[in-house]
Amino acid sequence: MSRPANAGTLATAWLAPLVALLIAALVGDILILSFGQAPGDVYRLLIEGTWGNAYGLGQVLYKATTLTFTGLAVALGLRAGLFNIGAEGQLAAGGFAAAMAGLLLPAGMPAVVAVPVCVIAAGVGGGVVGAVPGALKARFGASEVIVTIMLNFVVLALLNWIVAVKLHVGESLHTPPINAGTLPRLSDVAPAFHGSAANATILLAAATAAAVGWFLFRTRAGYDLRATGLQPDAAEYGGISVGREHFRAMTMAGALAGLGGVNYVLGYKQYYEEGFAAGAGFLGIAVALVGRNHPAGVPLAALLFATISQGGLAVNAIVPKQMVEVLTAVVIIAVAVTVPEVQRLVGSAARRVTA
Amino acid sequence: MIVLAFLVQTLRIATPYLLAASGGVLSERAGIIALTLEGWMLTSAFCAALGSFYAQSPWVGLLCGVAGGVAAAALHALASIRYRANQVVIGIAINLLAIGVTRFFLRLAFDSSSNSPRVPGFDWYVASGDAASGPAALLASLVNPLVIAGILALPAVALVLANLPFGLRVRAVGEKPEAAESLGVGPARVRWAAVLFAGALTSLGGVYLALDQHQFTDNMTAGRGFIALAAVIFGNWRPTRVAVACVLFAAAETFQIQLQGLQLIPSQFVEMIPYVLTIVALAGVVGRAAPPAALGKPIG
Repeated sequence: MSRPANAGTLATAWLAPLVALLIAALVGDILILSFGQAPGDVYRLLIEGTWGNAYGLGQVLYKATTLTFTGLAVALGLRAGLFNIGAEGQLAAGGFAAAMAGLLLPAGMPAVVAVPVCVIAAGVGGGVVGAVPGALKARFGASEVIVTIMLNFVVLALLNWIVAVKLHVGESLHTPPINAGTLPRLSDVAPAFHGSAANATILLAAATAAAVGWFLFRTRAGYDLRATGLQPDAAEYGGISVGREHFRAMTMAGALAGLGGVNYVLGYKQYYEEGFAAGAGFLGIAVALVGRNHPAGVPLAALLFATISQGGLAVNAIVPKQMVEVLTAVVIIAVAVTVPEVQRLVGSAARRVTA
Repeated sequence: MIVLAFLVQTLRIATPYLLAASGGVLSERAGIIALTLEGWMLTSAFCAALGSFYAQSPWVGLLCGVAGGVAAAALHALASIRYRANQVVIGIAINLLAIGVTRFFLRLAFDSSSNSPRVPGFDWYVASGDAASGPAALLASLVNPLVIAGILALPAVALVLANLPFGLRVRAVGEKPEAAESLGVGPARVRWAAVLFAGALTSLGGVYLALDQHQFTDNMTAGRGFIALAAVIFGNWRPTRVAVACVLFAAAETFQIQLQGLQLIPSQFVEMIPYVLTIVALAGVVGRAAPPAALGKPIG
């Protein structure tokens, strides 16, 4: 009984993303040919420019770090049965809060104190933004999809106003640099990464993914959250308050996305800049989808999308970098289409085997 | 004169909202979440600029724009109806796809990463001299097939939903597809038709943007599809109320533009109005939000 079911889960976990990547590669070929280039050359350049040298790899790791956080933020919501489209705003709010903390702290404060304070601020900033749709869902049943989408615009406009009117430096749209809380770059320990933005936040990302896995699968609260996502009615009957779980899940999801702001603000630029999120929140949806909402799958999926994103810059000399935006969307559509389809096919095959 | 200018500008800003929201109402009432209005509009705006540029005719632009928007809608329908993919995921993905595809082909067709060359639009009456700033010129700017379509779109959708057999079927598959199926209505076919029509209506909004500005610019829809979606929800999925919401949102923008010099309210706060109102509406402060019962649910 259990053997075909296990084979089924494994097949859907690997087969669907694989089919999706093949479809994306095919679309990529068409785009490359339409620009009069040879697909082989472009893909070779893409790999060389990302995993082929330390700088490219550093950039991939940097981008994957932010995407791990936003991917976890979407995945945790989905585990509770909620669609968190708000990672974009939560990420921006987290970065902004980290920068505020770093600006308010006195210069020269030791990193052991300053870094945790800024990191916690990032989590709180994102968590507050996540708590709003969570509370509205729990209290009024308001669709978290719509509320998070609308809240993205509200949060980004609000931060834009604060920075543009109160906090910007000169003609720029960024805040002054933080006084304390700066994280070391990867190039400080391994000089080969010189110039890339990769920094110590990657350790925080790995630890956070592990912590989310531990929470979801090893704690009572995580069990309640997953039960709510799988069968809200049964969970309610079993004594779980679905509303409270929804509120908690969205708040935690917001905090996870907010932590992603650490990567840019504390690790890379040392200031908050208008628009730094740049779609990483929305890409979190793709990361969670391909990572199968699993804390182990999310970082891998984040590496995949970070590679595609950085690869665009690597091939920009011969084909427009916008090609990778198309490919990213194609991967999402292909995964969204193939997952139910593969599940259906595997399901009927499993039924035939067990019958 | 000031009042007239205000009204005319409001109507012009409202036009893409009215067109996209009419598509949004039709799609959502059939049970398909309209997160893709933005992507449909952007695609159609680009195709309209492309067609209008190469044929030097706004009508060809209009046709190309609608074709592009309907193609994007067909992809949406294929994934979410035929393959039963999650509508939220597909919606977000198609918006990303539209941004990427338009940018890619902007470079391919016009070798630019920001905008297309100038393209012909529907300038049926261009006043000159003193008349250029007078009331006649203001009114003449409304003599545009797409502005007229915008005025008619939501009443037409209301009429179809309330009175035509097709409208009844749309409402049936949006509320209870199983019941529709038991009455011999193929719910998948009704949803397909609704999404394609919605795509065509929404496309007109994108075509209006490109032809009104006489060019395509990168990401030129700039969230208008989401404002239209906000209007659909704030209007509780009822065409007349949705139309009021569109005009209201446009009026707030006009107000902000016309009073820009006074700095009464920061523009960022005016931008927030549609979104905040929608969140408030969803929280049930102004009557209960009642989305179609089968919204987002695949058939069968």
